Amino acid sequence: MPIVEIKNVSFGYDPARPVLRDINLAIAPGAVVGIMGQSGCGKTTLLRIIMGAYLPSRGEAHVLGRATSSLDTAALYEMRRRMGMLFQFGALFTDMSVYENVAFPLREHCRLPGSLEHDLVMLKLQAVGLRGAAHLMPTELSGGMARRVALARSIALDPQLILYDEPFTGLDPISFGVIVRLIRSLNDLLGATSIIVTHDVQEALDVVDYVYFMAGGRVIAEGRPDDIRSSPEPFVNQFVNGRPDGPVPFHYTAPAYAADLELA
Amino acid sequence: MEFAGFRSRLERLGGTVTSQVWRIGYASRFLAYLVLHSGTALRRFRLTVAQVYFAGVLSLVIILVSGLFVGMVLALQGYETLQRFGASESLGVLVALSLVRELGPVVAGLLFASRAGSAITAEIGLMKATEQISAMEMMAVDPIARVVAPRFWGGVISMPLLAALFSAAGIFGGYLVGVQLIGVDAGAFWSQMQAAVDVRNDILNGVIKSLVFGIAVTWISVFEGYDAIPTAEGVSRATTRTVVTSSLAILALDFVLTALMFTGGNH
Ligand SMILES: Nc1ncnc2c1ncn2[C@@H]1O[C@H](COP(=O)(O)OP(=O)(O)O)[C@@H](O)[C@H]1O
Ligand SMILES: [Mg+2]
Repeated sequence: MPIVEIKNVSFGYDPARPVLRDINLAIAPGAVVGIMGQSGCGKTTLLRIIMGAYLPSRGEAHVLGRATSSLDTAALYEMRRRMGMLFQFGALFTDMSVYENVAFPLREHCRLPGSLEHDLVMLKLQAVGLRGAAHLMPTELSGGMARRVALARSIALDPQLILYDEPFTGLDPISFGVIVRLIRSLNDLLGATSIIVTHDVQEALDVVDYVYFMAGGRVIAEGRPDDIRSSPEPFVNQFVNGRPDGPVPFHYTAPAYAADLELA
Repeated sequence: MEFAGFRSRLERLGGTVTSQVWRIGYASRFLAYLVLHSGTALRRFRLTVAQVYFAGVLSLVIILVSGLFVGMVLALQGYETLQRFGASESLGVLVALSLVRELGPVVAGLLFASRAGSAITAEIGLMKATEQISAMEMMAVDPIARVVAPRFWGGVISMPLLAALFSAAGIFGGYLVGVQLIGVDAGAFWSQMQAAVDVRNDILNGVIKSLVFGIAVTWISVFEGYDAIPTAEGVSRATTRTVVTSSLAILALDFVLTALMFTGGNH
């Protein structure tokens, strides 16, 4: 049975302007799945549907075995305890140290004796290679380190489902490689399922098992990374190869250039 | 033409009034939710104590220094006037009553709004802009219970204490200028003050005022922060709104409370 199943989901923040149109996904346990597409095509919105922050206006989202529309606040929070989420820029709590950030979910949800909490936090920090940074404040971290701490925090409760929103944005190539490998290894180590939302298509294709390609609020292609690389769909082709002009035009819609220059 | 212009202006006025009323209703529901979800802030009281530290202790220096100067000015001005009626021994009474009944709560409230209130709004607004609030929700932690409520109660607890310290510093400033500088008799200064300041009519009313101002300022601060548009510009505008709205609220509430407490010449 899929861990996440999105059935015919449509959604718009403003009912007049749909952002997601008739989306279907089924994500198998243990997989690392990519959701790719241009900025503004609705990827983050789809994640918000999966985490139950918004309910679909049509269709159903089944997450960890339950329809999000059937959950009250308590049940929703119960579901989220079994999920981890890595935000685009980490979203570390700026008034807490690295240690306290990773300890936060444990302190809020479990009553652990201090020594056990310490061991668990150190275990998570060790997994992302930052045990030595436990005492630092978030402002003292580089972008890549902050992302890794946030990753340690999001796996603090050993989630069954991990969501990543643009985990690669603004990273140098080394941090990039580190995060890519961590996503894969943590997924396999925890026996979790991961969903990566990203527009860094080339790189992400190397770690994922399956890809959904979105454009204009719809899924326009899906398949294994190799299928996507060789997809005949012109939009996917343009995106994967990063060509400036194609189905997505280089020029924003404008009156004829000659008319603008008053040549005509 | 004339009528159309008038009508569109009227419509705009109507729109502004409706949206302000809507906003007050929204802020009230926010306050009700916040109070109902204060369990965490009270059970894990350390969270609230930390906020008393931030709101209170960080405002302490500006409160004490301002109080001292206000008291010194009160003594100078008061002496000028009292001396004309041969009542300069009553200087202590004048300084103490002005501070305890009026200036302590009001000026401390205004300072508190610009020092601590703006900081609370900016902090919560930035937490929202950097997705820390969403991250908390994703970790199944209610940010209103965990972030907003401790800040609210911390501010509410700090404000009466700060107003009291403001008054104390002011009375000390009045003593410095009145007794040490001008030479009013120290015994008269203190004993008249003790005899004239009434616990219920003066001190209790002053405490009630400062408590009400504390609730108003902290409520406005946390609401503006939580409701801020999550961008740099949105947060800066919310911070400005906190200071402006809080200051107006303090002055308006002060009038209302003074009118209610006015006993028709017990003194
Ligand atoms: N909270 C929101 N309220 C209203 N519109 C939004 C909100 N978030 C995103 N949108 C709009 O929805 C569309 C899709 O946004 P998003 O899901 O963030 O795209 P992506 O993550 O793929 O870049 C965009 O047009 C965006 O302007
Ligand atoms: Mg996005």
